[in-house]
Amino acid sequence: MPIVAQVFYFVIYLILQVVLVQQMVLFDVAFCFLYLGFLLMLPFESGVIRLMLMGLLMGLCVDIFYNSLGIHAAASVFIMYIRPHVVSLISPRGGYEAWMTPKLKIMGFEWFSLYSVILIFLHHLVLFFVEAGGFSNFFYTLLKVLASTAFTYVVIVIIQYLFYSSSRRSL
Amino acid sequence: MNTLFQFLYKYRALALLIVLELVCAWLIVQNNRYQSAAFFNSANTVAASVTQTSNEVSSYLYLKETNESLAEENARLQQELRQMQQQLALPSMRAAIPPEVEQQYTFQAAQVINNSIHNSKNYVTINKGRVDGVEPGMGIIGPSGVVGRIRSASDHYAVAISLLHTNMLVSAVVSSTEAFGSVKWDARSPQQATLDYIARHQSVSVGDSVFTSSYNSVFPPGIPIGIISEVKLPENATYYDIKIDLATDFSSLSYVYVIRNRLVQERDSLESISIN
Repeated sequence: MPIVAQVFYFVIYLILQVVLVQQMVLFDVAFCFLYLGFLLMLPFESGVIRLMLMGLLMGLCVDIFYNSLGIHAAASVFIMYIRPHVVSLISPRGGYEAWMTPKLKIMGFEWFSLYSVILIFLHHLVLFFVEAGGFSNFFYTLLKVLASTAFTYVVIVIIQYLFYSSSRRSL
Repeated sequence: MNTLFQFLYKYRALALLIVLELVCAWLIVQNNRYQSAAFFNSANTVAASVTQTSNEVSSYLYLKETNESLAEENARLQQELRQMQQQLALPSMRAAIPPEVEQQYTFQAAQVINNSIHNSKNYVTINKGRVDGVEPGMGIIGPSGVVGRIRSASDHYAVAISLLHTNMLVSAVVSSTEAFGSVKWDARSPQQATLDYIARHQSVSVGDSVFTSSYNSVFPPGIPIGIISEVKLPENATYYDIKIDLATDFSSLSYVYVIRNRLVQERDSLESISIN
């Protein structure tokens, strides 16, 4: 994938996150972290080192706007380390082929849902418990994790249907 | 030696993960200090101008509420002004007060350009910075009560710790009994906080107002914090469990005042001398 396209998507996701989605909070517990969409869409062939550095960069940029320096970065780096393991764990019958990208319209709804829900859940788990600074409000924090996982997942799926074509080359 | 390199190469992803997570942990710890550099937060010029642009659009949606709260505040201030003028009309009230004591606190209006209420550590970003005389440590209040205290300032922007921050403590006094305590947020509802350290011999009741006390050099005494909504006194407890409804509606915060205390240095240096 051309590097220019990746930079473009990075900026678009970041701006959407901090300008639009940051204000969207449902019932005081469901947050949307749309920027995960960018990290989930990185191509299969990128190595784990590169994935983690991308996670760090995106996480730090989001942190600057959220005044939470380090928290989003830690969670993003963590799921980027886990990502290749999840990908190999849920590989479709016959394995992955060279032209495949982790997009909904290419990999199918079931594969994509499993893939994104696992990673979003792990990300939010790290994010909210680090943010709460421990397990003092355990069930309340867990509620936030679950509600936000559902919210983020739904928004990412909607974006997949609306804006991503099923062409094989673009991101 | 060769095997060591082979080992490191084999586990390079795990090694990088550990290094990066340690870096993040260090950043988180640094960020939790009371004052911090203004570069890596929303007072950063680039971040703040992005936020301000988006705030300029969204603030139109709240113009009506903002207008109403400012008009209410105006009316209240008019009333207080009249009372003061009447009091000062009596010659006995006009004592010779030095100007820096008479005007110990100066207020500066600022617009809120970013504000979170749903995290456990919330911050308010305002559009006044060092150029306008805003310094870390100053208090900020809204039209109806306490909002927070400045944490870091860049040239044109500043970030304040909101009252909705689990590390923020405000020294408070209950109006009816003059009992001192401290207000702390419990990271649950953005409308409620707890009032700690009110001893059990005091008599407090639901509906009492809670104000800032004179035991701090950040806020002037008598700024509203909230109203007591729930009082519990468990058996054998030394202190009450008190919940208060906050005076400030943090979800629709649009204008705040930064408070400069002219005597803060004098007070702090005097207190530190007496403690040492």
